[in-house]
Amino acid sequence: MSELNEEKQSVTVPPASPPPAALGKTDDGSQVTRRTFFSWLSIGWIAFVAATGGFFTMMLRFFFPNVLFEPVQTFRAGFPEDYQVGEVDLRWKSKYGTWIVRNGEGIYALSTTCTHLGCTPNWLTAEQKFKCPCHGSGFRKTGINFEGPAPRPLERYRIVLSDDGQIIVDKTKKYQQEKGQWGDPEAFLKV
Amino acid sequence: MAEKKGLLKRLAEGQVWTSIFRGGGVPKSRRQRMMVVLNSVFLHLHPVRLPKHAVKLKFTWCMGGLSFFLFLILTISGILLMFYYRPTIEYAYTDIIDLAEQVPFGIMREIHRWGAHAMVITVWLHMFRVFMTGSYKPPREFNWAIGVILLLLTLLLSFTGYLLPWDQLAIWAITVGSNMARATPFIGSEGPGAALLAIGDINFVTMSSDIRFALLGGRFLGEATLLRFYVLHCIGLPFIIMIFMAVHFWRIRKDGGISTPV
Repeated sequence: MSELNEEKQSVTVPPASPPPAALGKTDDGSQVTRRTFFSWLSIGWIAFVAATGGFFTMMLRFFFPNVLFEPVQTFRAGFPEDYQVGEVDLRWKSKYGTWIVRNGEGIYALSTTCTHLGCTPNWLTAEQKFKCPCHGSGFRKTGINFEGPAPRPLERYRIVLSDDGQIIVDKTKKYQQEKGQWGDPEAFLKV
Repeated sequence: MAEKKGLLKRLAEGQVWTSIFRGGGVPKSRRQRMMVVLNSVFLHLHPVRLPKHAVKLKFTWCMGGLSFFLFLILTISGILLMFYYRPTIEYAYTDIIDLAEQVPFGIMREIHRWGAHAMVITVWLHMFRVFMTGSYKPPREFNWAIGVILLLLTLLLSFTGYLLPWDQLAIWAITVGSNMARATPFIGSEGPGAALLAIGDINFVTMSSDIRFALLGGRFLGEATLLRFYVLHCIGLPFIIMIFMAVHFWRIRKDGGISTPV
């Protein structure tokens, strides 16, 4: 109510009582009204909040690097003849986290990440199984879990042949047995 | 003949003393003694007067005080370790061995390690004591919430420090621990709701853009993770925990002191 009165006063008639000194005439004679003051105050606050918000957004984005110094996600794994039938190949285990396994029908690429909590199991040739050292999960050569706390089989990666006849393993695409994805043509390379 | 003032008295009334200790002079009345405490930045965190019953060991177990004491030990020993430890894959593991075998008084790292274990224990026992004495009830409920945050920060400090030795235990413990971050709702790539944040086939919360990625600085545990955890362990988390500790201690006094029924 009082705001309305003051507004009327400033626009139409001279104020009955002089405005407070701080909001009165400035040096150059211009009038700083209550309305101008709050407009500038609002603009100031909006600018401050926008700048602060922008900086916090920058801070958040700062934690997501653009370039990773990690092995690439897709790699060439040599020719099918490089792999023996019935063997689990360990040559890409430490760099790319992949086991290449060849059986009578073809080749598949197994993830070395245990499906329990993410450790790396070991291939035990004598017992023909993958055994995780962290909590004892065991997997068959196919990747199917059969002992320990692992809730599901190891994942397989996309495996295809390139034009030059080399095997390409693509880790960005995963196939999970429990979802029935191992039947996908690119989850298994027929040789 | 006027009585000659003793050396201590002259010191206490001199300019040096009175400029350092506000209020000045030797306190003579109860009010002046109280002002000495209130006017010192260090003493004022502590209450001016303590009821006799409040410091009974069977009420407090002294677990809060012990936690703070261990925090000081960990801060000092941790800063000392930083003079020798380099957070890189090349040096981290061997620097830890050096700290035990070659650096003078090879126990500094052990003090830090055992102090850290002890602090986790005392913080848990402190929480247990506060629960058993019902000290979470109004007007102390806000300080209980601050205390829960402090417990969480203590565990995070413990977790980030765990990785720094860069041995098998460290790497796999942090691998397992950080895999839990995948299950964070909405911002973890395997968490509930993550699939909702997608347009058609394009997923925005993936292994390369979720909360675990930000924590590790990559898709897998590596050099970036070691550096991130080092910075969080030495600068980030201690800075945050000190702010909450200041509020915690101040509220203890404001909410009626330690273990006084209110």
